[in-house]
Amino acid sequence: MTPAISIDGLEVAFDRFRALKGVSLEVKSGESFGLVGESGSGKSTLLKAIAGLVPAKSGSITVNGKTLGARRDKAFYREVQMVFQDPYGSLHPRQTVDRLLQEPLAIHGFADGEQRIQRALDEVGLGNGFRFRYAHQLSGGQRQRVAIARALILEPSILLLDEPTSALDASVQAEVLNLLEEVRRRRKLTFLMVSHDLAIITHMCERLMVMQNGEAVENLTASQLIGHRVEKDYTRNLLRASEGFVRTA
Amino acid sequence: MSGTLLDVDDLRVDFPTRTGLIQAVRGVSFSLGRERLGIVGESGSGKSQTGRAIMGLTPPQARVSAKKLALDGIDLLAMPARQRRALRGKRIAMILQDPKYSLDPVMSIGRQIVETLRTHEKVSKAEARERALAMLEAVQIRDPARVFDLHPHEVSGGMGQRAMIAMMLIAGPELMIADEPTSALDVTVQLDVLGILDRLVSERGMGLIFISHDLRLVASFCDRVIVMYAGKVVEQLKASELRDAQHPYTRGLLNCMPRIGYERHPLPVLDRKPEWAA
Repeated sequence: MTPAISIDGLEVAFDRFRALKGVSLEVKSGESFGLVGESGSGKSTLLKAIAGLVPAKSGSITVNGKTLGARRDKAFYREVQMVFQDPYGSLHPRQTVDRLLQEPLAIHGFADGEQRIQRALDEVGLGNGFRFRYAHQLSGGQRQRVAIARALILEPSILLLDEPTSALDASVQAEVLNLLEEVRRRRKLTFLMVSHDLAIITHMCERLMVMQNGEAVENLTASQLIGHRVEKDYTRNLLRASEGFVRTA
Repeated sequence: MSGTLLDVDDLRVDFPTRTGLIQAVRGVSFSLGRERLGIVGESGSGKSQTGRAIMGLTPPQARVSAKKLALDGIDLLAMPARQRRALRGKRIAMILQDPKYSLDPVMSIGRQIVETLRTHEKVSKAEARERALAMLEAVQIRDPARVFDLHPHEVSGGMGQRAMIAMMLIAGPELMIADEPTSALDVTVQLDVLGILDRLVSERGMGLIFISHDLRLVASFCDRVIVMYAGKVVEQLKASELRDAQHPYTRGLLNCMPRIGYERHPLPVLDRKPEWAA
């Protein structure tokens, strides 16, 4: 089976700063894959490079068997959609939810917008009552649900998730993670998910890649990470840090 | 624990708005010795407003009232604004969440620390510089002389947060309020900063109020934990007894976070009961 995403030797540079130093990665179709690392490790840049939001300097990105060029066409965005970290920044403040959801449909020329919007809102657990509200009338969790609805409305096969719950309270985070798992199961989606939180990645993903300074540190399965069967000290440090504060006295 | 440092009884913070009164804090009571107290809650629970009211940083349109709000026996609410200001930074200090926004961007780190010190103590410029450098060293900044002259945008988040801790500790406060001091930092840096904070607080015998949304982090760092919901304290317990928490909100908060090695699909979610807020 062709992999959903296959990346080979990807380099991204911002002026002289090398944000990604030749990263390779393969995500199988239907798989949930995690990217972990601290700020500046390049994990978000990798997602943005796939989505075409930052230009790649060299290397190749192949999605569903199609190698991508410098520009993404419309067909690409019907396959790949992204959910961003900040639910406050990623929704247009002066557009209603309805208008937000109509935009991708209009771009891609869907005729049955009405039903699709209703279905998308139902799917993320918001219902029709939220359709004519503005972003500022919604809580953080509700906004992230709208962002997920917007990503799902084109029925993509791949979702890129950039820290989708890090701006949310713990209880709301649980709800959004459950929703993501549910839509993945129902629609057989492929996830590529970025998080700094190892617990979230092991909860959501089957395999993961640890990144540091624009490079891959190691590739692991979730069960290897859970069993502390890791090779690199960097990963071990991350694991220890995720267990909370330990007093040294 | 030697006596009570801070006494809070029935603290209330109200915000009058066009659509009616918003009660951000509704009758919070606790007392604090020279210990580490965690205040935990989700956004909107009133935990930050509680800290700000103690510090005296509530916005002017809000009303603060309490049966008692006393630091070391001195009534904070009856005090004139001038006196309260003298207290701020000297006896009570506060660390904020993000050094990017809470340090002055156009002033070097060293000058900001010196300014704090010279506001509260009569010391010569040379001595103030010496003490600021010593303080930077105490927060484990490797090259204090270099960092002294840097501006906040030239340092990393972890370094900025250490600089803020240095600034807050330089006047030797007795009570430190830390409002999400490590939420903007990477996990590994987070532990370094907590380690520094922990050591300095215990060395100097200060009282610490640690405000956070992260129940597990607080439990691993503090002696005692207060859990807030909708402006009220729903539970107070020893950090070591967190596992035996009684209140469904505390238990729900603990349960709903994914944990490495505990597979649960779907995650349990909080079923909020209206009576919790009553």
